[in-house]
Order: sequence, then C-alpha cells, then structure tokens
Amino acid sequence: MTLYLFYFLSFLAIISALMVVVSKNPVNSVLFLIITFFAIAGHYVLLNAQFLAAVHIIVYAGAIMVLFLYVIMMMNFSKESEPSKTKLSQIVATVAGGIFLITLIGALHFYDVDMSPGHSDPGAGLVGALGKVLFSKFLLPFEISSLLFLAAMTGVVLLGKKNNDNS
Amino acid sequence: MVSFITYKLILVIIVFLVSLLIAMYSTYAERKVAAFLQDRIGPNRAGPFGILQPLADGVKMFMKEEIIPDVSNKWLFILGPCIAMLTACMTGVVIPWGGVLTIRGHEYPMQVTDINIGILYLLGVVSIGVYGIMIGGWASNNKYSLLGALRASSQMISYELAMGFAIIALVMHTGTLSVREISEMQTGWHWNIIYQPLGFLIFIICAFAETNRAPFDLPECESELIGGYHTEYSSMKLGFYLFAEYINMFISSAVIATLYFGGYHVPFLGRFVHDANALAILGSVFLFAKIFFFIFFFMWIRWTLPRFRYDQLMHLGWKILIPLSLLNVAITGILMYLTGRIH
Amino acid sequence: MLTNRSQAVAKKEMTLAERLYLPAILHGLKITVSHFFKKKVTIKYPEEKREFSKVYRGTHVLKRDEIGAERCTACGLCAVACPAEAITMVAAERKKGEEKLYREEKYASVYEINMLRCIFCGLCEDACPKEAIFLTDRITPSTFKRGENIYGKNKLVEPIDKPIDISARQTQAVLEFKKHKEFAHNKVYTEKQLPNKH
Ligand code: SF4
Ligand code: SF4
Repeated sequence: MTLYLFYFLSFLAIISALMVVVSKNPVNSVLFLIITFFAIAGHYVLLNAQFLAAVHIIVYAGAIMVLFLYVIMMMNFSKESEPSKTKLSQIVATVAGGIFLITLIGALHFYDVDMSPGHSDPGAGLVGALGKVLFSKFLLPFEISSLLFLAAMTGVVLLGKKNNDNS
Repeated sequence: MVSFITYKLILVIIVFLVSLLIAMYSTYAERKVAAFLQDRIGPNRAGPFGILQPLADGVKMFMKEEIIPDVSNKWLFILGPCIAMLTACMTGVVIPWGGVLTIRGHEYPMQVTDINIGILYLLGVVSIGVYGIMIGGWASNNKYSLLGALRASSQMISYELAMGFAIIALVMHTGTLSVREISEMQTGWHWNIIYQPLGFLIFIICAFAETNRAPFDLPECESELIGGYHTEYSSMKLGFYLFAEYINMFISSAVIATLYFGGYHVPFLGRFVHDANALAILGSVFLFAKIFFFIFFFMWIRWTLPRFRYDQLMHLGWKILIPLSLLNVAITGILMYLTGRIH
Repeated sequence: MLTNRSQAVAKKEMTLAERLYLPAILHGLKITVSHFFKKKVTIKYPEEKREFSKVYRGTHVLKRDEIGAERCTACGLCAVACPAEAITMVAAERKKGEEKLYREEKYASVYEINMLRCIFCGLCEDACPKEAIFLTDRITPSTFKRGENIYGKNKLVEPIDKPIDISARQTQAVLEFKKHKEFAHNKVYTEKQLPNKH
C-alpha cells in the first residue's frame, strides 16, 4: 500500500514538475507547482513527518504560491507580452540547462546515497521530537534563521516606507 | 461489531451529510435572521414557516442555465467552485463531534481522525481554500472577478498570520496540537476562553475574515464588485461557492466552539448524567448548540456591522491584529512562566 | 430644525474606548438583537390586507345608474382634466332601443385608461359632471405585458350584478344632493319612463 502510494506520489510530483516548465500559461505553471507541493507533502506524510507536511502545505502552497498567483494574475501575462526568444538566447538556455544537468548527474554519481529505509527514528518527524531537537541541538541555527527573517522583514518595511515618502 | 473501515466510512458520511444539511439550513436561517433583525418575517411560503425554502432554492439552482463565458479558461472555471467545495468539506474530519461511544465493549470516538497536528491541518486546509476563489475569479476573465479574487487572496493571507499567532498562544496554553486533546482538557469550567480571552477575540475576528463574511466580505461586495469572484458564475457552480461559504461558516463555528468553548463539555453535566454513552450523546447535543449559537453570531454580526473599506481591513489585519496577537503570545509565555508551568 | 433627533457633527480625537470599536460594536449588536424580538411589520399580502383609507384612490370604475345604464356621456372632461393624459375615448350616439344600456344620448363606445400613465390623482373623478367615473379601493395589479395595462370598458365598467360602492368617496353635500330625486341628474328612470326623445 505504502509502496504504491509512494510510486503514485512520485509520478505525480515528477509529471507536474515537468508541466510547470512545459506549460505556456504562467498561471497553469503555478497550479502545477502547487500540485507538486502537495505530492511532496504526501511524501512527508509517508515518512511520518506530519508536522513538516502540514507546515509545507501552509507555508508553500497556502501562502507563497498564493502570492505568486497574486502577482501573476496582477500582471496578466498573455502571448503578446511575452518577451521574444531569439535563436541566440535559445541556444544559450539549452547549453546552460545541459551543463546543469551534467553537474547534477555527476554529483549524484559520486555521492553514495544510502537508500535503505528505516535507519532513523520513526518518531523523529513528530511535533514533540522536532521541537525538542530544534530548541536544544539546533538552537543556534534556528535562532540565526529567525534573525535572518527579522532582518528581511525590517528591510521590507523600510523599503516600503521609503517609497511612500518619495511619492 | 463494525469493522474499523466501515465505522470510519459511516462517520465520514454522517459528517459530510450533516455539514451539507446545516449549510443548507444556514441559508434559510440567514434569511430568517436577517428578516427578524430588520422587523420582517423572512421566507414563509415554501412549507410551514418556509421550512422547504432551501429545497426550493436548490431546485432553482439546478434548473438554471449553465453559462460558461466564452473567453474564460474552461477547466479552471469549473475547477474553482470544486476546490472551494472540497476544502470546505475537508475540515470537518479533525473536529471531535463528541465523546466516545461504547457499544458492546467497542469504543467509537465521534471523530473521524485524531491526527496529532489537527490544528495545523485545519490551518492548512483553510489556506488552500483561497485557491477556489482565486482560480475561479481569474478564469472568469472579468475584471470584477479578478479584483474579487485578488482581494480574497490578500485578505486571507493577512488574516491567516494573526490567526496562526492566536492559535500558537492557545497551543502554548494547552501543550498539544491535537484537537481532541484540546477539547478533552476543557472539562467543567476550564474553557480556553477564560485563559485566552484576547486570543479568542483575535481568532474570531480572523475567522470572520477567513470565511469572507461581513464585515469582511470585500471579495464579493455588491456595491463595487457586482458579485466579486463569482460574478460570472451561474447555476450550481454559483451554488457551490455560496454553499462552500456556509459550510465554512459552520466549520468555523465548530472550531471556535471546540477550541475556546469547551467543545462537547458542559459544566456540571456529569453530576446529573452518569451513563457514559448518554453523556457522550448529550455532549454532542451541547456542542451543536454552541455551534448554532456561533452561526447565529456570524449572522448577527453580518446584519449589524457595515462592510470595512479595503485599507481599513489591511490596517486592522497588519497593524492591529498581528501586533496584538504577538503580544498575546508574549503574555501567555510570561504568565506560564510566572505560574511555574514552564521553566 | 426638521427633526429633534439630529446631532451636531464634530471632528474630534476619539477616546481610547471609541478607538477600540468593541463597545460600539456591542452597542450595535444590542440594538439589532432588540429588533429580533420586536413585533414584525410584515403584512402577508394575499391573506392579510392592509386597511385602506376610506378615500383610497385605486383602479377606476365606470358607474351605472339604478337600472344599469352606463352613466358616462363621453363628454371628455375627464380626459381634459387628466394631468397624465391617461384617458382616451371614442364617443358614439345612442341608437333606439339602447336606452337601458346608456343613460345619455351620447356614450363612450371606447373608453380607455392607461394605468401605466395614470398617477391616481383623482382629477378625472372631480371633473366628471355625470358621476360616472370614480376611483375605488381596488389595487391595480401588475402585469407581464405593457398592453395589459390599458384598461378598456370591459375592465372599467362595473358589472351589473355587482355594483361597486363608492359612497365613501362622496362628500356629505353630494350625498345630500343625491337625495333629491326630482333633479334631472338624480332622476331614477323606470322601465316605462325611459326618455324617448328620438
Ligand atoms: S386618476 Fe388622475 S391620472 Fe388617473 S386617469 Fe384620473 S385624472 Fe388621469
Ligand atoms: S367619465 Fe365623466 S367626465 Fe369622463 S367622459 Fe364620461 S361623463 Fe365625461
């Protein structure tokens, strides 16, 4: 059962990830990206990391993607507003993509991935365990990242204020 | 003896049907309440006291012509109301509708599933709900719909934050994310509203905003946006949107009752009723009484307060509710420290 | 001052309680819920009818006299008086043997009131020298087609078997005047005395 679910979710994730790139309409891309997120959240659930799954949905699908969609809807892209693709840019894009692909394959090839399941504590993904780890072992990185967010927030507020004064 | 799967299936179907039924009669109640608050008597033609009015409305919705605008994106146009309805129906599964029924030695809790992150599940589903509105509004290819959709999305994101903070304070107090455990804790008079009054206030304001109910019904305000995101919708697709709103209202009321008002607990009930099963059923009855009160409260507010202006809405959300909810988190932490519950 | 409930508007800083809005919201909720229990003003129309004023001005009636002859003589005064120009008519001469149908020698073969134009002012009633047209307490129903709002004689003339009582609309002086049967205006013709001036 779990195995079939895993295959289904992986299939869904990969197909919709491809569709994100392939589909012409940016709104469709965003929607496929959301499906991808859901598939990945499903993987988290399969790994018994429910907290991560829920937060993944709330933050990525529920907030960030809504903002993406918001901006794309506001811009109202259409065929006319699409930037023209010259031959040169197409060639450059293909080369860059190809190099990236080769790098990825190379990295995976030389890295010995341990694929055997169950080598970690099954309860590690639950809220309680996660909280304990976050506030003891990883306290410093946790606090630093929160500082980072605070700085970003302050920056945004500052930028917004400045614009206001000018106008 | 009923097998686990059938029991869960029956429970899911019951929850689903009850949600639909209550949403149906909420439309009727809304019109009755509106009428009564305005010294009128409301619908009274279909059946005694107009009790069949929702059926008549449903038949009307089904019979109406389906119109799909030519220029719209057809798939997304249909997907919009489906998502709205789906997410509205999904929330009911984590709410404990009552205690545990014991039939012939088997225990049947009246909750579809008690996941240990129930509250986060609720938040997650609510945050997905906005896609129904956004997709529908965008696919309509109509400027009013689009504006409605944009308003809905920014409003929901803004108020989700404050709602999340209010819940964080609540979770700090209860120490669990499971909805069942939270309602189990509130026996007697230990309702969370007593420990989290400010949190409750923030939560209920955000609940109004999240369900797009007046005074925060800007996404569909008639005076400036015609119908808002569902301007182009007709027939049962429109019905789905309207229905989803009422289901959301029902679920929000249930969540408020469960998180802050003791869920299925009633003070002193245990002294008079000793049979566990009877107690569980009575608890459910009282839970529904609480829910109905909050549904009434939603309507009462709607027919009392005028609609916010958009900048006022944003001001309230970002500059008042979020700082207040942060303050609430801080106060909760300090109080917990002072009372020695954390070190 | 038109009303004693007007309040002077002053733009002053709001106090903290006012800025919190919650007291104001609670106050509003109190007001609305008090209406919840008030007596409802709705009148359930077809079953219940609002009591009309005695002089309610509704759909017109063209009266008949005591033996059932139409009183209208197609003088056109009502049409002239009508501010909305709602009345049109075609006059015709009474033939021999029609004395029981029409009281005067001239009568209206067509008499139409456009109820969409009519403002129910009652001036036609005032203008009529023959006490032929009156406004009654019957409501003019709404219709699906515009044409249905033009009322012809079939709708305006009162049925012979069911005379419509309009005495409430007549002043004391008129009622007094009507008692004098010797006046030509009030004369009651019997079968034999029908005026045969041809
Ligand atoms: S009631 Fe007034 S408006 Fe109507 S037909 Fe008579 S005179 Fe004309
Ligand atoms: S209703 Fe009266 S005023 Fe009008 S034409 Fe007839 S007699 Fe004259």
